[in-house]
Amino acid sequence: MAGRLKLAAQVLALALVAGLFGILVWKLARQDEGASEKLGRGQTPPAPSFRLDRLDRPGKLALAAYRGRPVVINFWASWCDPCEEEAPLLEGVWKRYRSRGLVVLGIDANDLTSAARSFARKNQMSYPIGHDGPGETLTDYGVAAFPETFFVARNGKLVCERLQGGVHLDRNRDRFDACVEEILSA
Amino acid sequence: MRLLAVTVAALALASPAAAACPTLADLEGKLICPTCKTTLDQSDAPVARQIKSYVQRRVEACASEQQIKDELVAEYGPAVLAAPPRKGFHWLAWLLPLAGLLAGAAVVSTLVWRWSRTRPPPEPSVDSNGRLGLDPELERRLDEELARFDG
Repeated sequence: MAGRLKLAAQVLALALVAGLFGILVWKLARQDEGASEKLGRGQTPPAPSFRLDRLDRPGKLALAAYRGRPVVINFWASWCDPCEEEAPLLEGVWKRYRSRGLVVLGIDANDLTSAARSFARKNQMSYPIGHDGPGETLTDYGVAAFPETFFVARNGKLVCERLQGGVHLDRNRDRFDACVEEILSA
Repeated sequence: MRLLAVTVAALALASPAAAACPTLADLEGKLICPTCKTTLDQSDAPVARQIKSYVQRRVEACASEQQIKDELVAEYGPAVLAAPPRKGFHWLAWLLPLAGLLAGAAVVSTLVWRWSRTRPPPEPSVDSNGRLGLDPELERRLDEELARFDG
Protein backbone atom coordinates (compact mmCIF):
# COMPACT_ATOMS: atom_id res chain seq x y z
CA MET A 1 0.00 0.00 0.00
CA ALA A 2 2.81 2.38 0.98
CA GLY A 3 4.68 1.36 -2.17
CA ARG A 4 1.69 2.24 -4.34
CA LEU A 5 1.31 5.60 -2.66
CA LYS A 6 4.99 6.31 -3.20
CA LEU A 7 4.72 5.34 -6.88
CA ALA A 8 1.63 7.54 -7.33
CA ALA A 9 3.44 10.49 -5.71
CA GLN A 10 6.43 9.98 -8.00
CA VAL A 11 4.23 9.79 -11.10
CA LEU A 12 2.38 12.91 -9.99
CA ALA A 13 5.63 14.80 -9.41
CA LEU A 14 6.96 13.73 -12.80
CA ALA A 15 3.71 14.77 -14.49
CA LEU A 16 3.89 18.16 -12.77
CA VAL A 17 7.48 18.73 -13.87
CA ALA A 18 6.64 17.61 -17.42
CA GLY A 19 3.64 19.95 -17.47
CA LEU A 20 5.68 22.93 -16.29
CA PHE A 21 8.36 22.11 -18.85
CA GLY A 22 5.70 21.95 -21.57
CA ILE A 23 4.36 25.38 -20.56
CA LEU A 24 7.91 26.79 -20.66
CA VAL A 25 8.53 25.39 -24.17
CA TRP A 26 5.17 26.66 -25.40
CA LYS A 27 5.86 30.12 -24.00
CA LEU A 28 9.34 30.27 -25.54
CA ALA A 29 7.99 29.06 -28.88
CA ARG A 30 5.29 31.72 -28.85
CA GLN A 31 7.79 34.46 -28.00
CA ASP A 32 9.85 33.42 -30.98
CA GLU A 33 6.89 33.76 -33.31
CA GLY A 34 7.05 37.56 -33.68
CA ALA A 35 6.80 38.03 -37.43
CA SER A 36 8.96 41.15 -37.25
CA GLU A 37 11.96 39.10 -36.09
CA LYS A 38 11.74 36.90 -39.17
CA LEU A 39 11.27 39.95 -41.33
CA GLY A 40 14.36 41.48 -39.75
CA ARG A 41 16.36 38.38 -40.74
CA GLY A 42 15.41 38.94 -44.37
CA GLN A 43 12.64 36.32 -44.44
CA THR A 44 9.14 36.92 -45.75
CA PRO A 45 6.88 35.25 -43.18
CA PRO A 46 3.14 35.02 -43.69
CA ALA A 47 1.38 38.00 -42.17
CA PRO A 48 -0.21 36.76 -38.90
CA SER A 49 -3.95 36.54 -39.32
CA PHE A 50 -6.32 38.50 -37.13
CA ARG A 51 -10.03 38.98 -36.71
CA LEU A 52 -10.91 42.03 -34.65
CA ASP A 53 -13.96 44.10 -33.82
CA ARG A 54 -14.18 47.04 -36.16
CA LEU A 55 -13.73 50.42 -34.59
CA ASP A 56 -15.16 52.48 -37.42
CA ARG A 57 -18.39 50.52 -37.80
CA PRO A 58 -20.05 47.31 -36.59
CA GLY A 59 -18.59 44.02 -37.75
CA LYS A 60 -15.22 42.33 -37.89
CA LEU A 61 -11.95 43.20 -39.51
CA ALA A 62 -10.14 40.11 -40.77
CA LEU A 63 -6.89 40.13 -42.70
CA ALA A 64 -8.05 37.04 -44.61
CA ALA A 65 -10.73 39.16 -46.31
CA TYR A 66 -8.00 41.12 -48.11
CA ARG A 67 -6.03 38.17 -49.46
CA GLY A 68 -4.80 38.91 -52.98
CA ARG A 69 -4.51 42.64 -52.33
CA PRO A 70 -1.52 44.66 -51.17
CA VAL A 71 -2.05 45.72 -47.57
CA VAL A 72 -0.44 48.32 -45.34
CA ILE A 73 -1.00 47.48 -41.65
CA ASN A 74 -0.53 50.32 -39.20
CA PHE A 75 -0.55 49.79 -35.43
CA TRP A 76 -1.59 52.84 -33.45
CA ALA A 77 -3.23 54.09 -30.26
CA SER A 78 -5.02 57.31 -29.43
CA TRP A 79 -2.51 58.19 -26.67
CA CYS A 80 0.40 58.06 -29.11
CA ASP A 81 1.47 61.46 -30.48
CA PRO A 82 3.49 60.21 -33.50
CA CYS A 83 0.41 58.17 -34.49
CA GLU A 84 -1.53 61.39 -34.81
CA GLU A 85 1.23 63.02 -36.83
CA GLU A 86 1.31 60.23 -39.42
CA ALA A 87 -2.46 59.69 -39.64
CA PRO A 88 -2.97 62.18 -42.54
CA LEU A 89 -0.24 60.46 -44.55
CA LEU A 90 -1.88 57.04 -44.19
CA GLU A 91 -5.26 58.48 -45.11
CA GLY A 92 -3.68 60.08 -48.19
CA VAL A 93 -2.04 56.81 -49.28
CA TRP A 94 -5.32 54.94 -48.82
CA LYS A 95 -7.19 57.43 -50.99
CA ARG A 96 -4.48 57.69 -53.65
CA TYR A 97 -3.86 53.96 -54.18
CA ARG A 98 -7.15 52.26 -53.40
CA SER A 99 -8.00 52.31 -57.11
CA ARG A 100 -4.93 50.10 -57.60
CA GLY A 101 -6.20 47.64 -55.00
CA LEU A 102 -4.15 48.83 -52.02
CA VAL A 103 -5.74 48.61 -48.60
CA VAL A 104 -4.65 50.42 -45.47
CA LEU A 105 -5.71 48.66 -42.25
CA GLY A 106 -5.39 50.36 -38.91
CA ILE A 107 -5.09 48.31 -35.72
CA ASP A 108 -5.82 50.29 -32.60
CA ALA A 109 -4.29 48.43 -29.65
CA ASN A 110 -3.96 48.90 -25.87
CA ASP A 111 -6.50 51.65 -26.08
CA LEU A 112 -9.93 52.72 -24.90
CA THR A 113 -12.58 52.23 -27.57
CA SER A 114 -14.16 55.62 -26.94
CA ALA A 115 -10.82 57.46 -27.08
CA ALA A 116 -9.84 55.59 -30.24
CA ARG A 117 -13.13 56.49 -31.96
CA SER A 118 -12.65 60.17 -31.12
CA PHE A 119 -9.09 59.99 -32.45
CA ALA A 120 -10.21 58.39 -35.73
CA ARG A 121 -12.99 60.95 -36.15
CA LYS A 122 -10.72 63.88 -35.37
CA ASN A 123 -8.10 62.71 -37.86
CA GLN A 124 -10.72 61.80 -40.51
CA MET A 125 -9.44 58.25 -40.87
CA SER A 126 -11.68 56.56 -43.41
CA TYR A 127 -9.75 53.30 -43.90
CA PRO A 128 -10.82 50.13 -42.06
CA ILE A 129 -9.77 50.04 -38.41
CA GLY A 130 -9.85 47.12 -35.99
CA HIS A 131 -9.76 47.42 -32.21
CA ASP A 132 -7.43 45.12 -30.28
CA GLY A 133 -7.72 46.31 -26.68
CA PRO A 134 -5.64 43.53 -25.09
CA GLY A 135 -3.01 43.92 -27.82
CA GLU A 136 -2.84 40.25 -28.88
CA THR A 137 -1.83 41.16 -32.43
CA LEU A 138 1.14 43.09 -31.05
CA THR A 139 2.70 39.81 -29.88
CA ASP A 140 1.97 38.04 -33.17
CA TYR A 141 3.59 40.81 -35.19
CA GLY A 142 6.31 41.60 -32.67
CA VAL A 143 5.34 45.22 -32.30
CA ALA A 144 7.64 46.94 -29.82
CA ALA A 145 6.21 50.46 -29.74
CA PHE A 146 3.65 52.66 -31.43
CA PRO A 147 3.25 53.37 -34.23
CA GLU A 148 4.56 50.55 -36.39
CA THR A 149 3.78 49.82 -40.02
CA PHE A 150 3.97 46.53 -41.93
CA PHE A 151 3.58 45.77 -45.62
CA VAL A 152 1.76 42.67 -46.89
CA ALA A 153 2.19 41.49 -50.46
CA ARG A 154 -0.66 40.05 -52.53
CA ASN A 155 0.45 36.51 -51.60
CA GLY A 156 -0.19 37.27 -47.91
CA LYS A 157 3.47 37.52 -46.92
CA LEU A 158 5.16 40.31 -45.04
CA VAL A 159 7.70 42.03 -47.24
CA CYS A 160 9.97 45.04 -47.31
CA GLU A 161 10.66 46.12 -43.72
CA ARG A 162 8.65 47.21 -40.76
CA LEU A 163 8.73 50.90 -40.07
CA GLN A 164 9.08 51.67 -36.39
CA GLY A 165 7.93 55.08 -35.27
CA GLY A 166 5.88 57.58 -37.18
CA VAL A 167 6.29 57.94 -40.92
CA HIS A 168 7.77 61.34 -41.46
CA LEU A 169 9.06 63.18 -44.50
CA ASP A 170 12.47 63.84 -42.96
CA ARG A 171 12.93 60.45 -41.41
CA ASN A 172 11.56 57.52 -43.38
CA ARG A 173 9.08 58.76 -45.96
CA ASP A 174 11.21 57.52 -48.85
CA ARG A 175 11.34 54.02 -47.34
CA PHE A 176 7.58 54.07 -46.77
CA ASP A 177 6.97 55.05 -50.41
CA ALA A 178 9.38 52.37 -51.64
CA CYS A 179 7.58 49.68 -49.61
CA VAL A 180 4.17 50.80 -50.89
CA GLU A 181 5.50 50.63 -54.43
CA GLU A 182 6.95 47.17 -53.76
CA ILE A 183 3.64 45.67 -52.62
CA LEU A 184 1.75 47.38 -55.43
CA SER A 185 4.06 46.04 -58.11
CA ALA A 186 4.63 42.54 -56.64
CA MET B 1 -37.55 73.03 10.32
CA ARG B 2 -38.71 71.09 7.26
CA LEU B 3 -35.62 72.22 5.36
CA LEU B 4 -33.40 70.95 8.16
CA ALA B 5 -35.15 67.57 8.16
CA VAL B 6 -34.76 67.24 4.40
CA THR B 7 -31.07 68.15 4.62
CA VAL B 8 -30.46 65.63 7.41
CA ALA B 9 -32.30 62.93 5.45
CA ALA B 10 -30.31 63.71 2.28
CA LEU B 11 -27.03 63.57 4.17
CA ALA B 12 -28.01 60.32 5.80
CA LEU B 13 -28.78 58.81 2.41
CA ALA B 14 -25.72 60.26 0.71
CA SER B 15 -23.13 59.30 3.33
CA PRO B 16 -23.07 55.52 2.80
CA ALA B 17 -22.85 55.98 -0.97
CA ALA B 18 -20.01 58.46 -0.64
CA ALA B 19 -18.19 56.11 1.68
CA ALA B 20 -18.52 53.28 -0.84
CA CYS B 21 -16.94 55.27 -3.68
CA PRO B 22 -13.37 54.15 -4.35
CA THR B 23 -10.53 56.60 -4.99
CA LEU B 24 -7.94 56.66 -7.74
CA ALA B 25 -5.30 55.80 -5.12
CA ASP B 26 -7.29 52.67 -4.16
CA LEU B 27 -7.07 51.38 -7.71
CA GLU B 28 -3.68 52.55 -8.93
CA GLY B 29 -1.84 49.72 -7.23
CA LYS B 30 -4.29 47.12 -8.51
CA LEU B 31 -4.05 47.95 -12.21
CA ILE B 32 -1.24 47.32 -14.67
CA CYS B 33 -0.03 49.61 -17.43
CA PRO B 34 -0.33 47.41 -20.59
CA THR B 35 2.84 48.70 -22.24
CA CYS B 36 5.24 49.02 -19.29
CA LYS B 37 3.87 46.11 -17.20
CA THR B 38 4.10 47.97 -13.89
CA THR B 39 1.26 49.13 -11.70
CA LEU B 40 -0.28 52.49 -12.54
CA ASP B 41 1.13 54.16 -9.44
CA GLN B 42 4.64 53.45 -10.75
CA SER B 43 4.05 54.48 -14.32
CA ASP B 44 3.74 57.72 -16.18
CA ALA B 45 3.48 56.14 -19.64
CA PRO B 46 0.86 57.66 -21.97
CA VAL B 47 -1.39 54.62 -21.74
CA ALA B 48 -1.08 54.64 -17.94
CA ARG B 49 -2.17 58.28 -17.95
CA GLN B 50 -5.11 57.33 -20.16
CA ILE B 51 -6.21 54.61 -17.72
CA LYS B 52 -5.75 56.90 -14.70
CA SER B 53 -7.86 59.55 -16.37
CA TYR B 54 -10.57 56.97 -17.09
CA VAL B 55 -10.49 55.67 -13.52
CA GLN B 56 -10.69 59.23 -12.19
CA ARG B 57 -13.82 59.89 -14.26
CA ARG B 58 -15.45 56.66 -13.11
CA VAL B 59 -14.50 57.33 -9.48
CA GLU B 60 -16.10 60.75 -9.71
CA ALA B 61 -19.23 59.03 -11.00
CA CYS B 62 -18.98 56.78 -7.92
CA ALA B 63 -18.65 53.55 -9.87
CA SER B 64 -17.65 50.63 -7.66
CA GLU B 65 -14.14 49.22 -7.71
CA GLN B 66 -15.36 45.97 -9.25
CA GLN B 67 -17.34 47.83 -11.87
CA ILE B 68 -14.29 49.86 -12.91
CA LYS B 69 -12.12 46.76 -13.02
CA ASP B 70 -14.69 44.93 -15.18
CA GLU B 71 -14.86 47.84 -17.60
CA LEU B 72 -11.08 47.99 -17.91
CA VAL B 73 -10.84 44.23 -18.43
CA ALA B 74 -13.38 44.56 -21.23
CA GLU B 75 -11.18 47.22 -22.84
CA TYR B 76 -7.63 45.98 -22.20
CA GLY B 77 -8.10 42.32 -21.30
CA PRO B 78 -7.46 40.54 -17.97
CA ALA B 79 -3.74 41.48 -18.04
CA VAL B 80 -4.73 44.96 -16.88
CA LEU B 81 -5.36 43.53 -13.40
CA ALA B 82 -2.36 43.25 -11.08
CA ALA B 83 -3.92 40.22 -9.35
CA PRO B 84 -5.82 37.64 -11.42
CA PRO B 85 -9.59 37.51 -10.83
CA ARG B 86 -10.84 34.78 -8.49
CA LYS B 87 -12.82 32.85 -11.08
CA GLY B 88 -12.45 30.02 -13.60
CA PHE B 89 -8.96 29.19 -14.80
CA HIS B 90 -7.53 32.19 -12.92
CA TRP B 91 -8.07 30.33 -9.64
CA LEU B 92 -4.95 28.34 -10.51
CA ALA B 93 -2.81 31.43 -9.97
CA TRP B 94 -4.13 31.64 -6.40
CA LEU B 95 -4.23 27.94 -5.59
CA LEU B 96 -0.93 26.72 -7.07
CA PRO B 97 1.33 28.76 -4.73
CA LEU B 98 -0.78 27.62 -1.77
CA ALA B 99 -0.59 24.01 -2.94
CA GLY B 100 3.17 24.37 -3.39
CA LEU B 101 3.51 25.77 0.11
CA LEU B 102 1.47 22.94 1.61
CA ALA B 103 3.40 20.30 -0.37
CA GLY B 104 6.69 21.83 0.80
CA ALA B 105 5.52 21.84 4.41
CA ALA B 106 4.45 18.19 4.08
CA VAL B 107 7.84 17.17 2.65
CA VAL B 108 9.75 19.03 5.39
CA SER B 109 7.52 17.54 8.11
CA THR B 110 8.03 14.03 6.74
CA LEU B 111 11.81 14.48 6.62
CA VAL B 112 11.95 15.87 10.15
CA TRP B 113 9.80 13.00 11.41
CA ARG B 114 12.08 10.45 9.72
CA TRP B 115 15.23 12.05 11.07
CA SER B 116 13.82 12.10 14.58
CA ARG B 117 13.15 8.32 14.36
CA THR B 118 16.65 7.47 13.16
CA ARG B 119 18.72 6.75 16.31
CA PRO B 120 22.50 6.50 16.29
CA PRO B 121 23.92 2.95 16.91
CA PRO B 122 24.50 2.19 20.63
CA GLU B 123 27.94 3.05 21.99
CA PRO B 124 30.00 -0.12 22.69
CA SER B 125 30.00 -0.79 26.42
CA VAL B 126 33.26 -0.85 28.34
CA ASP B 127 33.76 -3.26 31.30
CA SER B 128 35.55 -2.54 34.58
CA ASN B 129 38.93 -3.49 33.05
CA GLY B 130 38.52 -0.97 30.30
CA ARG B 131 37.83 -3.63 27.68
CA LEU B 132 35.13 -3.25 25.09
CA GLY B 133 32.08 -5.23 26.02
CA LEU B 134 31.22 -7.53 23.12
CA ASP B 135 28.19 -9.53 22.21
CA PRO B 136 28.50 -12.90 24.12
CA GLU B 137 28.21 -14.92 20.90
CA LEU B 138 30.89 -12.80 19.21
CA GLU B 139 33.07 -13.04 22.30
CA ARG B 140 32.75 -16.85 22.30
CA ARG B 141 33.72 -17.07 18.62
CA LEU B 142 36.62 -14.70 19.18
CA ASP B 143 37.87 -16.81 22.08
CA GLU B 144 37.68 -19.96 19.94
CA GLU B 145 39.68 -18.36 17.13
CA LEU B 146 42.30 -17.05 19.55
CA ALA B 147 42.55 -20.49 21.19
CA ARG B 148 43.28 -22.03 17.79
CA PHE B 149 46.17 -19.63 17.30
CA ASP B 150 47.46 -20.29 20.79
CA GLY B 151 47.25 -24.04 20.25
